[in-house]
Amino acid sequence: MSHTVMDRAPATEAPAPRSLAHRRLPRWAPAALAVASAALGAGIGLAAGFESRVQWGLIAALLFVVSTYAVTTAVEGSRQAKDRIATSVVWVCFVLAVVPLASLAWTTVERGSRILDGYFLSHSMAGLNQNTPGGGIYHALIGTLEQVGIATLIAVPIGLLTAIYLVEYGRGRLAQAVTFFVDVMTGIPSIVAGLFILSTWVLTFGMGPSGFAGSLALTILMMPVVVRSTEEMLKLVPNELREASLALGVPKWRTILKVVLPTAIGGITTGVMLAVARIAGETAPVLLLVLGSSFINNDPFDGTQASLPLYVYQEYMLGTPHSYDRAWGAALVLIIFVMVLNLVARAIARWKAPATGR
Amino acid sequence: MAKRIDISGLSAYYGGHKAIEDISMTVEPRSVTAFIGPSGCGKSTFLRTLNRMHEVTPGGRVEGKVLLDDEDLYGSQVDPVAVRRTVGMVFQRPNPFPTMSIYDNVAAGLRLGGSYRKSELDSVVEKSLRGANLWNEVKDRLNKPGSGLSGGQQQRLCIARAIAVEPQVLLMDEPCSALDPISTLAIEDLIGELKERFTIVIVTHNMQQAARVSDRTAFFNLAAVGKPGKLIEIDETERIFSNPSVQATEDYISGRFG
Amino acid sequence: MNPPTSTAPPPAPLPPQPAAKGGATRPGDRIFVGLSRGSGVLLLVIMAAIAVFLTYRAYIAISDNQANFLTAFEWNPQGQPPQFGIAILAYGTVVSSIIAMAIAVPIAVGIALFVSHYAPRRMASPLAYVIDLLAAVPSIVYGLWGALVLVPYLDGMNSWLDQYLGWTYIFEKTSSGPARNLFTVGILLAVMILPVITNVTREVFLQVPRAHEEAALALGATRWEVIRMSVLPFGRSGIISASMLGLGRALGETMAVATVLSPSFLFSGHLLDPGGGTFAQNIAAKFNEANEYGRDALIASGLVLFVMTLIVNGAARMIIARRKEYSGANA
Repeated sequence: MSHTVMDRAPATEAPAPRSLAHRRLPRWAPAALAVASAALGAGIGLAAGFESRVQWGLIAALLFVVSTYAVTTAVEGSRQAKDRIATSVVWVCFVLAVVPLASLAWTTVERGSRILDGYFLSHSMAGLNQNTPGGGIYHALIGTLEQVGIATLIAVPIGLLTAIYLVEYGRGRLAQAVTFFVDVMTGIPSIVAGLFILSTWVLTFGMGPSGFAGSLALTILMMPVVVRSTEEMLKLVPNELREASLALGVPKWRTILKVVLPTAIGGITTGVMLAVARIAGETAPVLLLVLGSSFINNDPFDGTQASLPLYVYQEYMLGTPHSYDRAWGAALVLIIFVMVLNLVARAIARWKAPATGR
Repeated sequence: MAKRIDISGLSAYYGGHKAIEDISMTVEPRSVTAFIGPSGCGKSTFLRTLNRMHEVTPGGRVEGKVLLDDEDLYGSQVDPVAVRRTVGMVFQRPNPFPTMSIYDNVAAGLRLGGSYRKSELDSVVEKSLRGANLWNEVKDRLNKPGSGLSGGQQQRLCIARAIAVEPQVLLMDEPCSALDPISTLAIEDLIGELKERFTIVIVTHNMQQAARVSDRTAFFNLAAVGKPGKLIEIDETERIFSNPSVQATEDYISGRFG
Repeated sequence: MNPPTSTAPPPAPLPPQPAAKGGATRPGDRIFVGLSRGSGVLLLVIMAAIAVFLTYRAYIAISDNQANFLTAFEWNPQGQPPQFGIAILAYGTVVSSIIAMAIAVPIAVGIALFVSHYAPRRMASPLAYVIDLLAAVPSIVYGLWGALVLVPYLDGMNSWLDQYLGWTYIFEKTSSGPARNLFTVGILLAVMILPVITNVTREVFLQVPRAHEEAALALGATRWEVIRMSVLPFGRSGIISASMLGLGRALGETMAVATVLSPSFLFSGHLLDPGGGTFAQNIAAKFNEANEYGRDALIASGLVLFVMTLIVNGAARMIIARRKEYSGANA
């Protein structure tokens, strides 16, 4: 029966005799168009007197997309033109994103390295005001290290144990609720975490500002990140390992401590370091709870303290050339700190990755 | 409709690794040619060079000529997209587009080509589904997702999708290996019908299947693991299975290795 | 439960099932289960405490408020009588986030496609790595860069927009001054959430089964058509949830907004006019001058922000969870 129908219904507009070859643009065409568009964009920008080079770039990008489309439609046809336009739009997206991010990295390094030296790292802001040059971030480094250190000491054990509970023991309603609220906690804005500690620790219990109050807020931000990453790592530990240990008569808690955790330790370390990097850059809770200071305060439990991200903000707000310099210098130190943590964390992850990588 | 394929001196690479070496053969129009051989001998790779799908894999590269009625698929002005419209393909595992309905799956290739009127599309979809012996099973649920069908039905849907664009050649890469015996039988019957209209090349691990459906059979083998695969011989299927000219072919078919 | 065929008990019989239920037999197990479950419960308690305390302090503030908390265009909790409302903040938060999303989502999808399907293979994985790192740059650094580098750059573009698109009302600039406006904030937020959205989207794109892409290719689809037929439909829910995560970030961002915006409590529909504010920015800006009641008022506005991010993040998680079921059924 299929044959009869097949023969009756003629192929629509019989697309049969097609040639496989058709005119195509040379391989260098997109690059040539890109260069021409960039030059033309700059030319138009100059001629029209646009000060902002953002506009030059946008004009060039637009020219590139439009000219690619026009040329391809003329030479290769509309389907190929659509394909080319998608390619050029994707490239334009990439360039559009690279420009600001490169500018951010470059400016921070360039401006920050002007002031960053041993003096800057080893002095506080005591006795200086916004109109004086000099000064440094020593007190802010102390503050950040202490606040982040305390937060890590609190958050890591709780986070690890919670992850162990979820992976090794967790069944039923409670585990579901914990999983859900860990997700919710991940999305809490840092300023809300700060407000929560403010509403309890400071406003309700009447405690004053201190580095420790800031640590509590950072703990809230850190815990869910530790739980999530540890959970992922524990799930990667093969069940055979657990069963092998249990079958030897090792109690479950020792199995977890001696077999499961050591197997996953590389990934867990990576997760913790990434979490540390995240909270080290948090400004908002520190702004509300630690308040900042020009002086060295080694005691995180008593009185206001400085912190690196907060230092950047406060020096920026002073609004003088000297304070801007200090803000860039501190921003550079902060970025280096965060990047080193990230790079080391990823190196550990690669180095300690289970042999049976996916 | 159907075209002849002449392959000469074809080698294919994955990066630095040579997967197949110096293959020359002719695939006759309106017939079924089966590729058999042990795993890893490069028959699937070879199949994928016939519609320029091989170069999609990272590092994939081809040397040699594939003439489709005298036009070289690897000519410098040839558009691989046009090649794949002319040489259709059915894969090992059924792969209908999961987000599309049955109807849209079959119409997908046509819609790429340009705008069609609804009535035209309707008739092509019906014709293709009938061609794939699937129409009666799905005509009442054309707007349901294709992933809701059974494995065998999905594979016939993929065949319908491939023949809807009226290709010259249909390549099938172990089309029955993921299917149960009854679905396999349905596909084999279908292949027998389709060869009236298309040049068909089928890769199979199942020698009974090669014997049942093909007119000619090509046997591939490789000298050792890591060495490139080669064409050992190609002949009428009957000859290959009764009286092959090369000893290795006979060993393979009689199950002495592979 | 199928018992193991060999029932030979080890010296200390260890049934794993009771441990899972919590009835651990050994003291070590009991302590360990207790500790780990206690940590989980502690997390729940903290979440509950956040909601309770924020609501409690917000209640203190709102019960004395003489203006409508939701609609008033002013922030004067320490005045006599106290009057404050979040209308300006809600407007600023939503508008800047919408601008950020409108810019960031398409570009992030573009970059994700670039990394997963267009970039030369050798470039792709270092690129992904760099994007990962950029997601880790602290927001205060973005803020500093935005205020000192981006704002001067956008000044020229602002007057250009005003000149040619001023007739659209939203791009009309009615007061001069640097580009410390909601539009700039939106652009800066877009730059910040770009790496976040890109990362999640790229992962989803890389999960598109090869078979679906090859199906499209074998039909004679161009690269763009392959993406439209198989990559984008497969990745749609991933794009949506990634965008929601980015939106959650943008809504709660504090420092980058606080450094760039010159805030005011005057309503203006003109995006290029300086002024406006967001929840988080207002808290950071008003905190130093606030007494205890003023702080409670800020906490009240923080509660609204908390609820907003909860809804957005919850929706994102739900979409991800649905996707998991869906792709699981198809596997």
